[in-house]
Amino acid sequence: MIKSYKFRRHLANGLIYLFLTVMGIIWISPFVYLVMHSFRGEGLIAVPYLIPKEWTLQNYIDLFTGAGGNAALSFPRWFMNTFIVACFSCIISTVSVLMVSYAFSRLRFKARKKFMNIGMILGMFPGFMTMIAIYYLLKAMGLTQTLVALVICYSCGAGLGFQISKGFFDTIPRALDEAATIDGATKNQIFWKIILPMSKPIVVYTVLTSFIGPWTDFILAKIIMGDKRENYTVAIGLQLMTTNDFMNRYYKQFLAGSVVVAVPITVLFLLMQRYYVEGVTAGGVKG
Amino acid sequence: MTYVEYKMLNPFQKFAYKLKKFILAIPHALATFFKAIGRFFAKLFLGIGRGFKNYGVTFVKGDWATKLSYIIFGVGDFSKGKYYKGIIYLLVEVFYILYMIFFGWTYLSKFGTLGTVETHREYVGIIPKTVYGDNSMLILLYSVLSIVITVIVFAIYIYNIKDAYKHQQMKAEGKKPTSFIADVKDFLDGKYHITLLSLPTLLIGIFNILPLIFMILIAFTNYDKSHLPPGTLFTWIGLDNFSDLLNVVDGARKATTFMELTKWTLLWAVVATFSNYILGMIFALMINKKGIKFKAFWRTLFVITIAVPQFVSLLLMNQMLQQNGAINVLLGMFLGENPNIQFLNSTTLMARMTVIIVNCWVGIPYTILSMSGILMNIPEDLYESARIDGAGPVKTFTKITLPYMIFVTTPQLITQFVGNINNFNVIYLLTGGGPKTEEFYQAGRTDILVTWLFNLTMNQQDYGLAAAIGILVFIVCATISLIVYNNSKSMKDEEAFS
Repeated sequence: MIKSYKFRRHLANGLIYLFLTVMGIIWISPFVYLVMHSFRGEGLIAVPYLIPKEWTLQNYIDLFTGAGGNAALSFPRWFMNTFIVACFSCIISTVSVLMVSYAFSRLRFKARKKFMNIGMILGMFPGFMTMIAIYYLLKAMGLTQTLVALVICYSCGAGLGFQISKGFFDTIPRALDEAATIDGATKNQIFWKIILPMSKPIVVYTVLTSFIGPWTDFILAKIIMGDKRENYTVAIGLQLMTTNDFMNRYYKQFLAGSVVVAVPITVLFLLMQRYYVEGVTAGGVKG
Repeated sequence: MTYVEYKMLNPFQKFAYKLKKFILAIPHALATFFKAIGRFFAKLFLGIGRGFKNYGVTFVKGDWATKLSYIIFGVGDFSKGKYYKGIIYLLVEVFYILYMIFFGWTYLSKFGTLGTVETHREYVGIIPKTVYGDNSMLILLYSVLSIVITVIVFAIYIYNIKDAYKHQQMKAEGKKPTSFIADVKDFLDGKYHITLLSLPTLLIGIFNILPLIFMILIAFTNYDKSHLPPGTLFTWIGLDNFSDLLNVVDGARKATTFMELTKWTLLWAVVATFSNYILGMIFALMINKKGIKFKAFWRTLFVITIAVPQFVSLLLMNQMLQQNGAINVLLGMFLGENPNIQFLNSTTLMARMTVIIVNCWVGIPYTILSMSGILMNIPEDLYESARIDGAGPVKTFTKITLPYMIFVTTPQLITQFVGNINNFNVIYLLTGGGPKTEEFYQAGRTDILVTWLFNLTMNQQDYGLAAAIGILVFIVCATISLIVYNNSKSMKDEEAFS
C-alpha cells in the first residue's frame, strides 16, 4: 500500500518534470533562436533552417559602428537616448508614486476617497486616447520630437499608479506611526525615517518598473518622435529596422540590437526578482 | 432556500443555484452603481447650494476687509497681518486677469463656434497670399485650458473669502494669525498631504485630465480628414459620431465594424484573461508542488521571459510566424517539407487562434510570478489541520488552495480583463490588425477596439470618431471595474492589516 502510494507520487512528479521541461523549452526557444541568429553570418532575413551555418560578430559590430550604411540609423545614439530618458523618468516617477501612495495610505484628509476614485477612473481611459491632445500640448510648448517630451510623458501620469505601493504601505502596522507621533515626530519625519526604510521591496519595485518602461514603450515614443530618427528610443529604432524599407539590410542587426536591449534588462530583473515578487504580492493581496 | 436545503443539493444543482444567484445579482449591482452616480450628483448640487448660501451669509456678516475680498483677492488676509498669503492671493487675481485679457478670452469667445474664418487666399494685386483664419483645434485646446484655469481660480477665490472671514473671526476672539514659519511647519505635518499631492496632481492635471477633457469634447465634433485645421475648420456636431457607431442599418460600415470589433474585443478579453489565469495557475501549482525540486530554477525559467521587452518578443514572434519563418521551418523538419502555413494573414480563425496562443506565451509568466507569491503565502497551519482531519490532496486543493487563490486574485483578474480590452501591443505588433478585409471600415479581422482607435487617429485622421470609440471603451471598462472594485473585499476592509 505504502509502496504504491510512493510509486504514484514519483510518477506524478515525473510527469510534472516532463511537462515543465517541455514547456520550458517552448518558452525559452524563441529567445535561443534570437540569440543564435544574431550571430548569423549568412543570409538576409529568414533562412530555411534553424541553426546558423556561419557564426560571426559582424552584426554587433555593424550595430555599434553604424556600418550598415544609413547614418540615420544609429543604435548607440538610440541606446543613449533611452538611457537618459529612463534615468530621469525613473527618478520623477518613483518620487511621485511614493508621495501619492504614502498620502493615500497614511494620511487622513477630507477628499481622500474622492481623489482615489478619480485616480482610478482616469486609469480606465484607453491610454493613447489622449495622445493627440498631449501631442498638441507639447507642440504648444515647443517640445515635440525632444527627449524632454518623452520624460514628461512617461513620468507625469506616474502618480496614478499608486495602487500597488499603497497596498504595500497599508500592510505596515499603524502602531509604528502612532508611537512615533507620541514621541513628537511629524508626518514628514515618519515618512522618511520609518515608512521608507521599511519599504525597500516596493521602492525597488517602483524604480525597476519605471526604469524599464522607456525601454519597452513603443507607441508614445513613436507618436512624439515622428520622423526625427536621431531622437528615437531603442524600441522604435528597432521597429524601424523591421519595416519594409530597411528589413533586407538590417534584419540581422535588429536581432543583435534586441539581444543588446534584452540582456541588461534581464540581468537587472534577475537581480531584483526577489523584490519584484515581494512588491507584487504584498500590494496584490490587497488588490 | 435555507442552508440545510442548499447542502442537500447535488453539485450540479448547487452550481445552477449559484449561477442563478449571480445572474440575479447583476441588475442589483447595476442599480447600486447608478444609485451611487445619482447620489454623487445630489451631493454635488447640495454642496453648490450650500456654497451659495455661505457666500451670501459671509458677505452680510463680514467686516470691510472681508467684503472687499469679494472683489480684490487677499485684502482680508492682508488687513489682519497675514501679508504673504494676501500677496499670493492678489498675484493669482492679477495673473488671471492678465491671462484672460491677453490670451484666454480670444480663444474662449470662439468656443461656441470653434471659429468662423476659414483659411483662404487673398490677392494683393496679382500675387496670391494665404491668409490664415481660425484654427479650431487651438481654439478648443486653449478654451479647455482657460476653463480649467477659471475653475481653479474660482476655487482659490472662494478659499480667499473663507480665509478672510476666518481671520476676521480670529481677530474678534483676540487670536493672532499664525506666523509664516508655523504655516510652513504645518505643511510638513498636519497638512502634509497637500505637500505630497500638489505636484503630482498638477502634473496629472496638465498631462492627463486636460487632454482627456479635450478628447472627450473632440468626440462631439466633426474633426476628420476633410475638416483639418489649420486649412479647414471643424465644428460641433452633437452626437453624430456616436450614432454613426451605434446605429446599425444596412450598409452602415462604421456601425457594422463597431459591432463586430466589440464582439471580438470582448471575446478576446475573456479568452485571453482566463486562458492566462487558469494555465498560469496550473503552472504555478506544479512548480510549487511539494516534492518538486529546483523550484527557483523553474520559476526563473518562465519568469525570465517577462524581462525581455515585449516589443522584442512580439516582433520576433511576428517574424517567426511568417510563411518562411522559424515555426514553419520547424514544422517542415517533422513533416518533411515546409507546410507554408500563413498563421497571421490567411483566415480569421487561424489569425485569432494564433494571437490567443502567442498571448498565452507572453502572459502566463506574469500569472506564474504573482501566483507563486500567493501560494507561498498560504498559511501552512491550514494544511496541517486539514491533514489531521483526514483530508486528502484533492480535498485540500479544492477546499483550501483554490478558494484562497480565487479570493486573493479576483481584483487582479479584473485588472487583467480591463488590461486585455486595452491590450494594444499584442495585436498591433503581431498581426497589425490583419487579415485585412473590405467589409470593415479601416480595420482588419483581428483588430480590437483600441487598435482600431489607433489606426483611425494615426493613419486616417478620423479624430472625432476615434474619440467617440475611446469614450465607449471607457464606459465598458469603468462599469466593470467600478462594480467589482466597490464590492471587493480590499476596498471595504482597507485597514484590515493596519
